[in-house]
Amino acid sequence: MQAIKQYTDFYNEVRDVIFERSTSEMNAQREQAFRTFSTKGFPTKKAERYRYASVEADFAPNFGIQLSPLGGKLPPYCFRIAEAEPRVRALYNKVADTDDSIVALSAMLSVDTLVVHVPRCERPEHPIQISNLLRGDRDAMVCRRILIVMDEQAQADVIITDRAASQNRFLTNQVIEVVMGDDAHLSLYDIEETHLLCTRYNSVFVHQGRNSSLHHTSLTLFNGHTRNRLDVVLAGEGSEVTANGCVIADKMQHVDNNTLIDHRVPRCQSSELYKYVLDDSSVGAFAGKVLVREGAQKTLSKETNANLCATSSARMYSQPMLEIYADDVQCSHGSTVGQMDESALFYMRQRGIDEKEARLLLKAAFITEVIESIPLESLRDRLHVLVDKRMRGELSKCEGCKLCQ
Amino acid sequence: MLQISNLHASIGGKEILKGIDLTVKDGEVHALMGLNGAGKSTLSGVIVGHPAYEVTQGSITWDGKDLLSLKPEERANEGIFLSFQQPVEIPGVSMVNFMRAALNARRKHQGLDPLPAAEFLKLMREKRKIVELDSKLTSRSVNEGFSGGEKKRNEIFQMAMLEPRLAILDETDSGLDVDALRIVAEGFNKLRTPQTSAIVITHYQRLLDYLRPDTVHVLIDGRIVKTGGPELAAEIESRGFDWIVKGME
Repeated sequence: MQAIKQYTDFYNEVRDVIFERSTSEMNAQREQAFRTFSTKGFPTKKAERYRYASVEADFAPNFGIQLSPLGGKLPPYCFRIAEAEPRVRALYNKVADTDDSIVALSAMLSVDTLVVHVPRCERPEHPIQISNLLRGDRDAMVCRRILIVMDEQAQADVIITDRAASQNRFLTNQVIEVVMGDDAHLSLYDIEETHLLCTRYNSVFVHQGRNSSLHHTSLTLFNGHTRNRLDVVLAGEGSEVTANGCVIADKMQHVDNNTLIDHRVPRCQSSELYKYVLDDSSVGAFAGKVLVREGAQKTLSKETNANLCATSSARMYSQPMLEIYADDVQCSHGSTVGQMDESALFYMRQRGIDEKEARLLLKAAFITEVIESIPLESLRDRLHVLVDKRMRGELSKCEGCKLCQ
Repeated sequence: MLQISNLHASIGGKEILKGIDLTVKDGEVHALMGLNGAGKSTLSGVIVGHPAYEVTQGSITWDGKDLLSLKPEERANEGIFLSFQQPVEIPGVSMVNFMRAALNARRKHQGLDPLPAAEFLKLMREKRKIVELDSKLTSRSVNEGFSGGEKKRNEIFQMAMLEPRLAILDETDSGLDVDALRIVAEGFNKLRTPQTSAIVITHYQRLLDYLRPDTVHVLIDGRIVKTGGPELAAEIESRGFDWIVKGME
């Protein structure tokens, strides 16, 4: 209860400041969000979608809450919400699950939204890169909102990276909403590369129009505690989603991916592949539901979760789920949890490769499939390097970032 | 020089090798024949340090060094190579990365710098030709989707890359058709130097016709019961092992 109170008290205290700093669209959602959050509080493990998270404990520390608007020069196609087109601004908080306490908390406390808007038939020449950087001289809680609007026939690659430049404790509550018009195509990458003191709640909500396609890749390279939620609504016939993810975790890291693919109309396709490599005493969880609603005939769906526990103390919880209310569909789901392949290890050692290096090659190999599925070649090459560095423990905190050089 | 004395080894508490004595001098090729389950693969496993086997008695030295105290990777880097009876598939690890890691580990052991990328790829191309291994195969993951014969060829390709001083061929001829066998055997002969020695485990005369062993040993129930020249292999080919077993009784 204390955890809830600290946020409601804070809100009551700074309500006026928040309203003043924010925009009418965001403020219009705020009081309802406050009521939802105050009434529902933090979800417990009894809530189906939070079985593997310890939400209250994660939100309990009383960090200072940052209320600053977006900083830095924004890349092309990116806007502060106040500067976006009115019809785009109006989509704020329309796709997110507003009954969810984590989303409500975000709507209650966020003062600005980064809007990515790709107009009809346009295709940015370069990938749009959004770099979230956590830094400061004290611990902090950060609320971030991103709204991506792809108009009809728009195409884009959007890369969102989360990094931390200082060794403080950070708690991030990020909500990303994606609205895709008919025939829009988006590749969305979410790369987390923070540190052990970072806790992140990342909730992504996608609404897809007719014949649109989304390729979503979630990469947890380094973190402390992470909970990723991905909800995709296939609302237009012929739409497709590929949702892949890979997790590299060791020490006491915790990574929880929770997905829902909602097939609402006929002739849509979904494909999910999540792979985890867990070392030391790390804990992974994957719960993915594919919901095929009544009338969503000719649905094609495939869901795979494969996991490698490199030690006996690493733990993995895997829960692929299929719920089907249509009779003419092709759906499959499956999961595996395995250990290091001892015969492959020995084979490599017999060729002179020491055991540590051999283990490393095998771990990197396990998630290669996910990296190779990335359509953007330059990112693929870069990620192979990053994964190798991560496995070797050489991942610099903030490589390539001007602030850290 | 490899020197094995009174070697006893077991797996899961069951004794498989019951006192092996074998000396392989530089440049020599020794053939090891015997019925299934006699301990031939166990012997090769023990030499390369497979963790499943426990040595309960005896010793193995390599150029006077205590081989049994070395890790598998150290033995490999000392120049001991096993062509696996069943090469392992390693999805996700490319042949290029695998060979580079192996070759550079060897070079590091020898106090050499890693081979520059261009030179390494050139070496891959050259050595591939020796066993006529398709470039499509070396661009794949290790052994993944290779046929049985391709896997065996790949073993000899790796041997060509690593230039061992002692090669153990564990039934490298099994699963090979006549042409593939010739390519593998001739490839092996091309790679031999006056210092290269080999232990060849086989059931068949055909591979030995190519490799021309100096000595042939017969292993039965964990012991070497008969040693002779190449003519012994020919005799086994025509008469089987029965007469040797009977002679022991």
